[in-house]
Amino acid sequence: MTTRPLRPPLYRRVPLGFLLRRLVYGALAVLMIAVINFFLLQLAPGDAAEALAGQAGTADPEYLARLRAQFGLDQPLWRQFLAFLMRLLTLDLGFSYRLNESVAVLIFARLPATLLLMVTSVGVALVFGIVLGVTAARFANRMPDRLISIFALLLYATPPFWIGLMMILVFSVWLGWTPTSGMENVLAFNTGWDRVVDIAHHLILPATAQAGFYLAIYVRLVRAGMLETLSLDFIRVARAKGISETRIAYRHALRNAVLPLVTVVGTNIGGFLGGAVLTETVFSWPGVGRLMFDAMFARDLNLLLSILVLSSVFVVLTNIVVDIVYVIINPTVELK
Amino acid sequence: MRSVGLALRWVFGNWTVALGLLLMAGVILMALSAPLVFPRSPTAMVGPPLQWPGARPGLPLGTDAIGRDILAGIFHGARISLMVGFASVSVALVFGILVGALAGYYGGLVDNILMRTTELFQTIPQFMLAIVVIAVLGPSINNIIVSLAVVSWPPVARLVRGEFMVQRQKAYVQGCIVLGMRDPQIIFLQILPNAMSGVVVMSTIMIATAILMESALSFLGFGDPNVLTWGTMIGLGRNTMRDAWYIMAIPGFALLLTALALNLVGDGLNDLLNPRLRSQRGTR
Repeated sequence: MTTRPLRPPLYRRVPLGFLLRRLVYGALAVLMIAVINFFLLQLAPGDAAEALAGQAGTADPEYLARLRAQFGLDQPLWRQFLAFLMRLLTLDLGFSYRLNESVAVLIFARLPATLLLMVTSVGVALVFGIVLGVTAARFANRMPDRLISIFALLLYATPPFWIGLMMILVFSVWLGWTPTSGMENVLAFNTGWDRVVDIAHHLILPATAQAGFYLAIYVRLVRAGMLETLSLDFIRVARAKGISETRIAYRHALRNAVLPLVTVVGTNIGGFLGGAVLTETVFSWPGVGRLMFDAMFARDLNLLLSILVLSSVFVVLTNIVVDIVYVIINPTVELK
Repeated sequence: MRSVGLALRWVFGNWTVALGLLLMAGVILMALSAPLVFPRSPTAMVGPPLQWPGARPGLPLGTDAIGRDILAGIFHGARISLMVGFASVSVALVFGILVGALAGYYGGLVDNILMRTTELFQTIPQFMLAIVVIAVLGPSINNIIVSLAVVSWPPVARLVRGEFMVQRQKAYVQGCIVLGMRDPQIIFLQILPNAMSGVVVMSTIMIATAILMESALSFLGFGDPNVLTWGTMIGLGRNTMRDAWYIMAIPGFALLLTALALNLVGDGLNDLLNPRLRSQRGTR
């Protein structure tokens, strides 16, 4: 009889075939989304030429025609579609004529701000969500649970952008503790450590507002999962062994209770690229969501389409990562 | 009789549910009575601008930056919020139930095609998709309803599909087939009623989410330009935050109470319809 290791190594439990199939499916999904949105956005009223001419304050048909020829908008739709497909296959995101810059450069310039906001807010929400959720479950139907549940419920029912606005009102306008908007004080020409401190100072409010939005969901998920897990037999065994309640909660039960949380966190991270548009608008945070919002109003369809496609790539990748995290957290999960 | 007693106990034995129903009744009453209490359009100027709440008789919540009655805006806004919430969720429910039922009942290729499509809709971040749909259709109340329905149906389809896959294996469904019932009869008259409890709970929360999303869209400026919604009011109030913060605070509070009411009722329904979870509540 051969002894099997209790837990085979990770690479064995994530078969290559699974990864390949998921990647192919994901690529197909992204392609479909790109194609559907290409045609969908063609139906939208107005185009970049009109928006630009509107900005310039003219409606001169000759000027419009010249702009359209320059942008390739005078070509028949199928030619535009072919050009779009070719660009997609060569991973070329194209050019934004409005901002006179390649789309890739535009997006990557905005990416750090969005990633910073995402990592901070999801991190904060995770820590507080787990601590509050576990505490609520340990004191189910008693005072701590009541308070935490009411807090989570109120947070869940509040429009997230309104929380942001009220925070600006209280902490920036009334108390003067934090800046009202932006990511850094560009006029101060801070460098090195000063700049880090300045950005962190600007980050506090947007990150808290965005974290509050996630926190409400995380607390409820962790609480529900913990309640279910804490009633299982292996917890009774752990108690009988005399392990401390805190250790039981965080070392034994949590691991089994957080799987639904992993899924939701994955969705949040996947949707972050454009999903933070509200927070970014409220706090004038120079991120990708804001870029998408501006592209929308300026009818910069190429830029908009690129952000959509990139964000669906992001969703597909995080979904795969979520499946792998499942396996790491719970060894009994099998990927097929 | 037993079910009536259970329902009564559900309402009165649980102060959170009672509070939720009370708040909801208040919002619905506001929505219904808006044209009677404030016959004039909420966009009409009724007094000097920037009057603080209580500063002037007849204008209990004050006026905004161009002298519109904020209380009238709140009453009429309740109409829009509830209408958009209910309508978009109804469309999403019909579509989601249809897709989920077909996928779960037939399985195989039908399931594969329908679920891949559902996943496609979930691959674009929800709020982004809503914005794109409105950009394509143009900003109007009807189009906001459509866009919210487009982003809310996939979770319904997945839930219903799961329920149908479980129910499909049960003996009563086999019995129906043996009796020679037609598929639509089995799907809609036999299985669907057994699969609805999860959908009912989900739908109250969905209405709350839809109302919050509508306010976010209006706040960003994607709303119907001819209609004053709570989200629009917050967006406009933002400009006068320093001098008159109440303009942006009041509609946000109305949104909070409405969403809270729906969530409280949803939680109560969940306890009522899924007793399995209720029994776990007290365990430690």
